[in-house]
Amino acid sequence: MTAQTDVAVQMAIELRGIDKRFGAVHANKNIDLKVEKGTIHGIVGENGAGKSTLMSIIYGFYEADKGEILIDEKVTKISDSKVAIASGIGMVHQHFMLIQNFTALENVILGAESGMMLNVSMEKARKELTRLASEYGLDVPLDVPVEQLSVGMQQRIEILKALYRGARILILDEPTGVLTPQEAEHLFKVLAALKEQGNTVIIITHKLQEIMAVTDNVSIMRRGEMVGHVKTAETNREQLAELMVGRKVLLRVNKTEAKPAGTLLKVNNLSWTDSAGVLRLDNVNFNVRAGEIVGIAGVSGNGQSELLELLSGIKNIQHGSIEVSGKTLDENHQLTPSEVRDIGVAHIPEDRHKMGLVNSFAADEAFILGYHRNDVYNAKLLMDQAAIKNDCAEKMEKWDVRPQDPKLKTANFSGGNQQKLVIAREMEQSPDVLLVGQPTRGVDIGAIESIHNRIIEMRDAGKAVLLVSVELEEIMSLADRILVMFDGKIVGEVPTDVANEQILGLMMANIVPDEVKALQKEAHS
Amino acid sequence: MSQQRIPAWVTVIGVPLVNILLAAIVSGFVFMYLNISPIDAVKTMAYGAFGSSYGWGYTLYYTTSFIFTGLAVAVAFHASLFNIGGEGQAYVGALGVGLVCLLLGGKIPFLLLLPLSIIAGGLFGALWAFIPAWLQATRGSHVVITTIMFNFIAASFMAYLLVEVLKPEGSMAVESAVFHEASWIPKIWELAGTMGIKMQRSPLNLSIIWALICSVFVYFFIWRTKWGYEIRSLGQNASAAEYAGINLNKTIIMTMLISGMLAGFFALNVVQGEAHQIKLSLVNGMGFTGIAVALMGRNHPIGIVLASLLFGFLYQGGGELQFEYGVDPRIIVVLQGLVILFSGALEHMTKHPVENAYLKLSQLVGKQEAKGA
Repeated sequence: MTAQTDVAVQMAIELRGIDKRFGAVHANKNIDLKVEKGTIHGIVGENGAGKSTLMSIIYGFYEADKGEILIDEKVTKISDSKVAIASGIGMVHQHFMLIQNFTALENVILGAESGMMLNVSMEKARKELTRLASEYGLDVPLDVPVEQLSVGMQQRIEILKALYRGARILILDEPTGVLTPQEAEHLFKVLAALKEQGNTVIIITHKLQEIMAVTDNVSIMRRGEMVGHVKTAETNREQLAELMVGRKVLLRVNKTEAKPAGTLLKVNNLSWTDSAGVLRLDNVNFNVRAGEIVGIAGVSGNGQSELLELLSGIKNIQHGSIEVSGKTLDENHQLTPSEVRDIGVAHIPEDRHKMGLVNSFAADEAFILGYHRNDVYNAKLLMDQAAIKNDCAEKMEKWDVRPQDPKLKTANFSGGNQQKLVIAREMEQSPDVLLVGQPTRGVDIGAIESIHNRIIEMRDAGKAVLLVSVELEEIMSLADRILVMFDGKIVGEVPTDVANEQILGLMMANIVPDEVKALQKEAHS
Repeated sequence: MSQQRIPAWVTVIGVPLVNILLAAIVSGFVFMYLNISPIDAVKTMAYGAFGSSYGWGYTLYYTTSFIFTGLAVAVAFHASLFNIGGEGQAYVGALGVGLVCLLLGGKIPFLLLLPLSIIAGGLFGALWAFIPAWLQATRGSHVVITTIMFNFIAASFMAYLLVEVLKPEGSMAVESAVFHEASWIPKIWELAGTMGIKMQRSPLNLSIIWALICSVFVYFFIWRTKWGYEIRSLGQNASAAEYAGINLNKTIIMTMLISGMLAGFFALNVVQGEAHQIKLSLVNGMGFTGIAVALMGRNHPIGIVLASLLFGFLYQGGGELQFEYGVDPRIIVVLQGLVILFSGALEHMTKHPVENAYLKLSQLVGKQEAKGA
């Protein structure tokens, strides 16, 4: 904990004793924070540590119950976001706040128009934006509707929006969550340029490698409290992880060589078109053998979700076939999700809130979702409450789901424990084929470790595991073979020992590097 | 985030009580505006609703009706379906009950007829809910729109039947013939009389027992069976239900059929128990009041029985108020409106303050105990 007492250093933001409660939830406890002017300051913490609440207080969405905010060393009462903007604070949200059918220019001036005539402010904005773009490397086409631009471009527009409003302190909430590695790289260059010009950047993230790469200082939050401030140069990922979680964390996955056996899942020429007529899956072919993990990398929205939903029976097969557990499924032989379960396929869905759980259910009710008609959970007419509760309690203990209370509402578990509940439910059915989507999305570092180990255990028990993830690190550390998807197609396959972020990043943008091409030729010849 | 657990009774009992209290206070201002002392008004209402066997007989009679329509709304609500067609389903249910009584009354013993009229009332109500359910499941037509349209269709359909088919020849009133006495559901005051307990006449009849049985049934069905589990999954998270392999269309239709059935049972109380004939607009808005009852009762049978009692009290006590002070009968609607406003629309206004008050109080008590020890 380096002292931030150097008097000569100017503070862009200083928080003193910020406290915020929501009813029974104490989201921020007596938070002190100093952000030096002209630095990039990282804020890390697990989900629910109170990072977002704190930033919302700085940006004027919430008002703190107690405490002071100093902007440029002056006490400022930020009663709403207008005051925040006027004080030079800009915010780039995780989910962009852009109007999709407006152009970049229109989006930027929205709410900042001056005068009656739109074209006057448009021209003024165009000049200013061209200047900002060249200064910070924020090039975007100004006259194309936003919906036609990539996610990375949209993010640049968000940053331009903030800068156009005179932001000197920029807050970015999980900025790289939806970016390809190359786009993220570009973003970091932009942030460096901003810093160069004396601006201050606060970045909230759970990716420790980013923190290490771009920030000057880091503050760590845990359970609503600030547990440490460190200089990035004087720390490392292990120490940060330990501060976040409150105990030592293993960041590497230990696994042995895969011993693949016969093919358990085979996908042939699978294509799928959505109701709007967009081709979401385009002639996908691959197989997964017993005892191996096949990873599917790609920026989200490139067909991975559709693939999982077809394999698990949620979506109907339109073209192509799926061979699984000795059955061939095609457009004339469909199975419902429960029938797919019956033939030994378990599915850990990508989004546990949207699909994997019913948040308002008690844990034991959520624990039987999809298996609720199984005989073990049912008496003649009524469900067997005791059996359900006991089974859940038993599995909670085995999987270390905390708190170990089968009657607690699902929503009241942390993200990691919710995910463990879903994973326990699916893995405990001992399926032959396991479909896993984003197993550690929104999961605390401490829980990631154990989830990864469980997936490896399933592999070693001879199951076929298909792993879909947007986290390259996760794919690279778990998968034995990696397929990359782009725009509904499989761009190519890379063995894990060859894969690195550079190669996968290029393939995620539909460029196959020469070394992979060579490999593929080799495989074919 | 540190989180302190709030015991269930604070939110389940404490918050609604505070809400009702607030509604009562605002009602007090309304009475003061009308130059009626709020205290006197409460006394009058309480006396009117519970002060005599006549009063509470009526109160419980209304309560019975509200339990049926409230349960109907609640069951559908668990599947996240907003069935506001209870009005029409109850009306058509009356046709089912009425037909059984008209055709078989006096011809078969009551104990044989009663199951038939229960089945007919439920079946006709369910059938009236089926078309909106089917349209929702297969066509995505929203049940809010279709059930409300079916209320109007039911009204016209029943008016046609009453005028053209059911009205006895030569009669001027638009109503069916009176059922044979042997098909009437026994009144409580008569039963009490045979046991030597003296009660004043009131329309309260044995349907209340059936209403309570239905409440127990709904509880077990929704929370203890796999079908209820599927209904709740669908209602809370439709994509999770789909992921779980639950047949969404089948579940939607089944839920609406049960909802319509419960609304149809309303006719047992009002038609077979009291009016003994099918009359024009016999539901009289009680189907809609079921929405408020379900809302207040948080879609739980116990809550619905209690909320029905409250609305029964408002109905009967409000009637007494009107009788005593000659105020406009719509005062009942004003009181109901205030209760719905505070316990439904503004529920979350009081939730946090009440929870905070509880936390403060428990901290204080905790400190006291610490001192004592």
